Amino acid sequence: MNLSPLMTHAHAAVADNPWLSQTVRIESITAEIPEVATYELAFVDPVLAARYRFLPGQFNMLYLPGVGEVAISISANPNSRERWAHTIRVAGTVTQSLSRLQPGATLGLRGPYGNPWPLADCLGKDVILVAGGIGLAPLRPVIYELLANRAKYGNVTLLLGARTPEGLLYPGEYTDWQAGGIEIESTVDRASSEWTGNVGVVTLLIDRLPLPRPDQTVLLMCGPEVMMHFTVKSARKRGLADKQIWLSSERNMQCAVGLCGHCQLGPTFVCKDGPVFRYDHIAPFLKVEGL
Amino acid sequence: MTANASTESEFFFARAGLQQLIDVLRTRGYKVVGPTIDQGAIIYDEIASVDQLPQGWTDQQEPGQYRLERRNDEAWFGYVVGPHSWKRYLFPPLATVSVADKTAAGWQMTSSPDPSPKYAFLGVRACELAAIKIQDRVFLGGAYVDPIYRDRREQAFVIAVNCTMAGTNCFCTSMNTGPRCRTGFDLALTELPDGFLIEVGSDSGSEIVRELQARVAELAESQAAEQARLQAELQITKKLDTTDIRNLLLTNLEHPRWADVATRCLSCTNCTMVCPTCFCTSVSEVSDLQGDHVERHRQWDSCFNLDFSYMNGGNVRNDIRSRYRQWLTHKLASWIDQFGSSGCVGCGRCITWCPVAIDLTVEVAAIRGETP
Repeated sequence: MNLSPLMTHAHAAVADNPWLSQTVRIESITAEIPEVATYELAFVDPVLAARYRFLPGQFNMLYLPGVGEVAISISANPNSRERWAHTIRVAGTVTQSLSRLQPGATLGLRGPYGNPWPLADCLGKDVILVAGGIGLAPLRPVIYELLANRAKYGNVTLLLGARTPEGLLYPGEYTDWQAGGIEIESTVDRASSEWTGNVGVVTLLIDRLPLPRPDQTVLLMCGPEVMMHFTVKSARKRGLADKQIWLSSERNMQCAVGLCGHCQLGPTFVCKDGPVFRYDHIAPFLKVEGL
Repeated sequence: MTANASTESEFFFARAGLQQLIDVLRTRGYKVVGPTIDQGAIIYDEIASVDQLPQGWTDQQEPGQYRLERRNDEAWFGYVVGPHSWKRYLFPPLATVSVADKTAAGWQMTSSPDPSPKYAFLGVRACELAAIKIQDRVFLGGAYVDPIYRDRREQAFVIAVNCTMAGTNCFCTSMNTGPRCRTGFDLALTELPDGFLIEVGSDSGSEIVRELQARVAELAESQAAEQARLQAELQITKKLDTTDIRNLLLTNLEHPRWADVATRCLSCTNCTMVCPTCFCTSVSEVSDLQGDHVERHRQWDSCFNLDFSYMNGGNVRNDIRSRYRQWLTHKLASWIDQFGSSGCVGCGRCITWCPVAIDLTVEVAAIRGETP
């Protein structure tokens, strides 16, 4: 292992022991949609802070001592330095406890882990992002990257689905994203009286999307399994091959490094072989009940 | 560890030399772990004397059955394998992976305080050498290394003992893992009526041999050892057809046999606990009363436990059918994708220790369409 002699013992240990968390501090908490908040985190140790990098689609293990660990995708700008964000829904004991913390509180963090979205494969291509509910969180770093290097990509469309208009994540950023050259279409399952947009499942948006060059299009999706299932069906009808479709999947991850066995799906460890998969690689195993 | 033992490095010591070997290792600071009898089974525990070995005992095994019986000789290694494997020493059933302390500056996390004992394993079978090699690939071969396994593994001294008999549930010949010990040991012994033939597999092995009253083996002794090892091979009757087994299993995920085996399987986890390669774990938080000092304990877990596949408020593998399928397809098929080899070494433990006598070789044959 090539460790710089300047590294302190603690820094060497990070590389040495994948089980060891490092201390991070909550810098800010922003309430998003109901039950969902975005936490800005930063390393307490300045050396770790300066060194930390992640790629869009990767996740961290957040650790509340005495409560447990949870795998959370990173929702920040990959070009931002020293602090980054996780958008977290209250779902289990760890996220419940996290939701009771205030800025200034510390917790443990290991990461980043997992394979990123295939941004290199998107260069020069048209890109469709499909997000259901909080599934937008792991795609937000992709959006920031596309905006930062907009000229390197073709048409970029973001298709958003949510149960209700209040369930659309990051609404305050849509104007900036559109100004930066991203088409946004949204739809909700149940409309309120003020809603003037689309009603129905997100796949309806795919059906009527202008697709000038389907063979030069990449689709990245994250959301409920049923949404991703029907997104694939619609995308195929529009001429996309399975190998042009990528998804971020979810599984119970405990060690995050392929050593504990929990997140297996067929031959894959979702933590280290995913969480981002090319659809044709994972499709045979997604459809098997109870695998 | 260096390459294979060669014939030039075959030595012989009389039976009294075994105690000397244990003494030499203990003097060098090793905890010697070897076979001993506990609760009616041959298990692996720390030993100081040959008197603790299961001298004159053998194990009679059938699917779902294990009995110790008297041998008609005084052999120390005249048995096959018991419910323990060396993984409990290299990959302990319970380990502390990290510690968190609440300080004025917030939570501070440190690595495990557990010491890494320096073990000498006495009596490692060929199938178990293969199992250690498989766990090496799991814990040391990827991008992330498990530090607990690594620290124990690096220090371990491995004394293999060739099988001179086989059990009913042995099928190492099908898995190409035995019965002959070929690599992965510091020393390999073959037990003969009046002593042991020794092969040296590493520099540290040859260093230890120099301290023993061993002499170069005579041709007759080498031949007798070869004969004894051949006897084990000839006794193996169980077979597992591994032809294209990866695709066989992964293209039969909806085969009716999974539902059939689920009516028999109790999902008790025995097979995964006795398996020398199963590595699944869960981590739990163990806190002091104030909640200011928290240890993360890693414990062996099993894909047969219902909550092993817990996700988002539900369990993915809700029935025994899906849990047995996960275990068998992982062990024999997807393990190949993940680690480049089968996860099975043919030791037969999962067959012996299954309370309802499920035999994975029979289940695979059924999926192949060879038996009812």
